[in-house]
Amino acid sequence: MRGDAADWRPTAAATALERRAAMLAEVRAFFAERGVLEVETPLLSSETTLDLHLEPLSSTVDAPGIDGRRMYLQTSPELAMKRLLAAGSGSIYQLCKAFRGGERGRWHNPEFTILEWYRVGWDVHRLMREVAGLIETLLAGSRGMAPAVYVAYADLLRRHAGIDPYDASTGALRRAVEDSRSPVDTTGLDRDDLLSRLFGERVEPRFAPDRVTVVFDYPASQAAMARLNAADPRTAERFEAYVGDIELANGYGELCDPAEQRQRLERDLANRRGTGRPLAPMPSRFLAALESGLPACAGVALGFDRLLGLELGAESIDDVVSFPVERA
Amino acid sequence: MASYNMNQVRTGLKVLESGEPHVIISCDFIKPGKGQAFTRVKMRNLLSGRVNEKTYKPGDLLEGADVIETSMQYLYADSEHWFFMNPDTYDQVEADAAALGGAEQWIKEEDICSVTLWNGHPILVAAPNFVVREVVETDPGLKGDTSGGGNKPARIETGAVVKVPLFIQTGESIRVDTRTGEYVSRGKA
Repeated sequence: MRGDAADWRPTAAATALERRAAMLAEVRAFFAERGVLEVETPLLSSETTLDLHLEPLSSTVDAPGIDGRRMYLQTSPELAMKRLLAAGSGSIYQLCKAFRGGERGRWHNPEFTILEWYRVGWDVHRLMREVAGLIETLLAGSRGMAPAVYVAYADLLRRHAGIDPYDASTGALRRAVEDSRSPVDTTGLDRDDLLSRLFGERVEPRFAPDRVTVVFDYPASQAAMARLNAADPRTAERFEAYVGDIELANGYGELCDPAEQRQRLERDLANRRGTGRPLAPMPSRFLAALESGLPACAGVALGFDRLLGLELGAESIDDVVSFPVERA
Repeated sequence: MASYNMNQVRTGLKVLESGEPHVIISCDFIKPGKGQAFTRVKMRNLLSGRVNEKTYKPGDLLEGADVIETSMQYLYADSEHWFFMNPDTYDQVEADAAALGGAEQWIKEEDICSVTLWNGHPILVAAPNFVVREVVETDPGLKGDTSGGGNKPARIETGAVVKVPLFIQTGESIRVDTRTGEYVSRGKA
């Protein structure tokens, strides 16, 4: 049926599209009340993520003064929003589209709506509470929510998988993943891949469907753009928010140190090279912004379509977007 | 056979896993925002009927299984095998008890059955959804009771025992749904 003219209709019901519009308005009201500025940044940019597990989509742009430049659809607005922060914007938010190649499934579509915001001068725990508060506010119409729970990543793995993410040998992690109800051939998986699989298999299914679960203190090896935890450098100031087993948001106490950021990007680039993944240039404007000074801040990205899906009790992301990729 | 990558696997695809043919029942794409993607695949083993689950990495490949479903005419059985013929080519195949899996108690010579072939060899035979069969043995029951209340066991000519209304008598034909084993109506012989 793919590409069939019979696919011209939207997959989302009219009521879902109405709820989407209302929820976008609620998000804007939430931030207006709190004095956070709405911004727009380019979806198409010369600079992109180097994260090993994200696959940016790209295009070649020809225009006067621009001859065949390779440009990337953003996987999130993070790089550009941090340039605004470094330029002195203060706290900002953005509602926009993000694009990730290779991602399609029940709760994935290569193009999706992201809500990303940054709080200048906030620490990560304060932002975690705001994230839980926003999710609870937006879901309040459809369900009674129990108070949010906040729990450390390592505690969850110890409790539900009997694994200490810092002490367990890689062999033990490998055996635990291979021994699962849904076994995986672990060849080529590194320590973080194994932890991520264990977390998805043993921990996420335990999260209650009627409350926000915020997981914090991710391992430093999964810091992405979070700064390391000063009190325990085995962990980073990274958190994720879930409702049930649906991952809704990923946030950081932002890494502001340009030297450390450059090192991480170089390591990502080397990992991409080593695994034969497509390469992209070092994001030099982003790094220049950090050199000029990113104010201490905490930031988070939230999958808006999934939140809408939860609100409506949807079966999949297809129920809440007008035209998923097969019909786009 | 072709190989399938994780972007090509879908429900209904027939694949080899651990050397045996499977049909994919569902596949879920799993991808944490910051982490490795996986595809969780649920599949039914076409030989044993058992449902297995396995999780694959993006670079993993599944080998296609040469499995086709055809309509074939049931010819006859000997002590060990049931013989079926492709009505277009007249090719014959022999199926064993495992492939019949109970279908033998419904089928009669000349019935058109659905036969699943793996590398040309039958691994699954399904009787026609509805068959009309003669009752060869049942208690006399109550003559004149056509109210439909109550039922009794009846053995049909091909061997199955079906629950039938009390008014059905030995020698009558009945129509049966072979998927549920339930009596449908009196049948025209």
